[in-house]
Amino acid sequence: MSVQKFNFEAVKSIYFFEMARMRRTLLQSVISPVITTSLYFIVFGTAIGSRIQEVGGVSYGSFITPGLIMLTLLTQCISNGSIGIYFPKFTGTIYELLSAPVAMAEVLIGYVGAAASKGLIIGLIILATASFFVDIHIAHPFMMAVFLVLTAVTFSLFGFIIGIWAKNFEQLNIVPMLVVPPLTFLGGSFYSIDMLPPFWQAVSHFNPVLYLVSGFRWSFYEIADVNPVVSLGMIGLFLVICLSILAWIFRTGYRLRS
Amino acid sequence: MTTAKPPVVSIRNLTKIYGNGFKALKGVDLDIREGEILALLGPNGAGKTTMISIVCGLVNPSGGQVMVGGHDVVRDFRETRSMIGLVPQELTTDQFETVINTVTFSRGLHGKSKNPALIEQILKDLSLWEKRDNMLRELSGGMKRRVLIAKALAHEPRILFLDEPTAGVDVTLRRDMWQVVEKLRATGVTIILTTHYIEEAEEIADRVGVINAGELLLIEDKTTLMKKLGAKQLRLELTHPLEVVPPGLEAFDLKLVDDGNALVHDYAADETHGNGHESRIAALMKALSAADVPLGDISTHQSSLEDIFVKLIGERA
Repeated sequence: MSVQKFNFEAVKSIYFFEMARMRRTLLQSVISPVITTSLYFIVFGTAIGSRIQEVGGVSYGSFITPGLIMLTLLTQCISNGSIGIYFPKFTGTIYELLSAPVAMAEVLIGYVGAAASKGLIIGLIILATASFFVDIHIAHPFMMAVFLVLTAVTFSLFGFIIGIWAKNFEQLNIVPMLVVPPLTFLGGSFYSIDMLPPFWQAVSHFNPVLYLVSGFRWSFYEIADVNPVVSLGMIGLFLVICLSILAWIFRTGYRLRS
Repeated sequence: MTTAKPPVVSIRNLTKIYGNGFKALKGVDLDIREGEILALLGPNGAGKTTMISIVCGLVNPSGGQVMVGGHDVVRDFRETRSMIGLVPQELTTDQFETVINTVTFSRGLHGKSKNPALIEQILKDLSLWEKRDNMLRELSGGMKRRVLIAKALAHEPRILFLDEPTAGVDVTLRRDMWQVVEKLRATGVTIILTTHYIEEAEEIADRVGVINAGELLLIEDKTTLMKKLGAKQLRLELTHPLEVVPPGLEAFDLKLVDDGNALVHDYAADETHGNGHESRIAALMKALSAADVPLGDISTHQSSLEDIFVKLIGERA
């Protein structure tokens, strides 16, 4: 191997190029998720929530806030991460990434960094929005940030994998549209899983989103469906799985270089 | 002994077999000289783009080796790709970006720090400066082609690959493009272009390579090639038609054509220099005047690269 220096300029270029795309599509990428989440707060938090008793000692509206942030964060990170790399593949501009002196790891850092940043920005905006509707109390701000950042990075990586795998727009959208919402809804975003019958409680433990929502909610209210350490471990595991898949993709050139 | 500089691109026994079993390259050897303009000719599917794609890093080779500036394109991809600029065949652009952003992005991607003055110069050379804040989707096809060239030049490459740069391009752009090519060549940039338009190769290339069915059929200096393979024809227009070739001219292998209105004489391009004795053409001229042929006009025609190309591909087919 020759001496390989890290192409920092390239990472910076990709990152800011992608962030500029977000500025350009402000309506679609920021305003729309914020409005959607606000609707959830109005319907579930304020209208219906006022008739639901407290869950684990917090009001229902407050209870669902971490889950709603996670729902948006997952969806946003997956779609931003996948579109970022799928679009150059679709338009053909990927020739430039492949013929530039950049390692795929640098391409990954640029795209995933931008996707995760966007997800985080939107997540924080929603958190701020939520505080208008319900009482928010963050017991462990540092752990909240850790959960948020790890989840954003992991699911942006997952999105990147989808973006490389997808051959058309249908495949690109199938995961964020069809897989993420059921997993989030059934992963304890709107209820505590101990409200479920035992069988479905057991099934819920196979849902990765449960661990994210539970850990994230713990950092707010110290109430959790699973031990927060287990949650953290599971996010770490997803991160390692995504990185392993990407390592294989880059080594083989799967769907990138023929 | 040769004192020539080492080739800037050296391709050895390069093969490419695609996943579906198609053999795109069957062991190509090619040395590209520093600072030359090399034209690669060949029909569609000949392997031109595959070869360029391997050198630039878009496609992994199945076998063989490519060295650029002394570095292996696979192992030392950072060194080799920094030296290379690529203008792809397809008009692939980021529709919603502005011209200046996309060109600046290309420079950053190649690890170079920002240089707005250089980007401005490149855009001006390609008559894009006025359009710098336009989105790419607002540009015509020819303008998009210019943007792709600007992107390829943004990191100051030493070697520029132009894959069919003039496909669907109007005369103005073609002229602008050749001006840019000439300017680049003057600064020592090596230029490799593929084309279907043989007159293009004839006009600007120093050397011509012909690729067909994954093999490099020949690579030769353009002038040598034209001389070696080029046939010439002398045509004598007559003021009034003749029934037969006039007596005294039998030795010159003349043919009467166009109902006796013209005489033609075929000869090889390298016969024009008499090699010490009188050239055949000079002898023919004397004989013509002696035979009192009713001569109206004289013209000669040298076969173009296109004729040579068609002949070459036809022989192998």
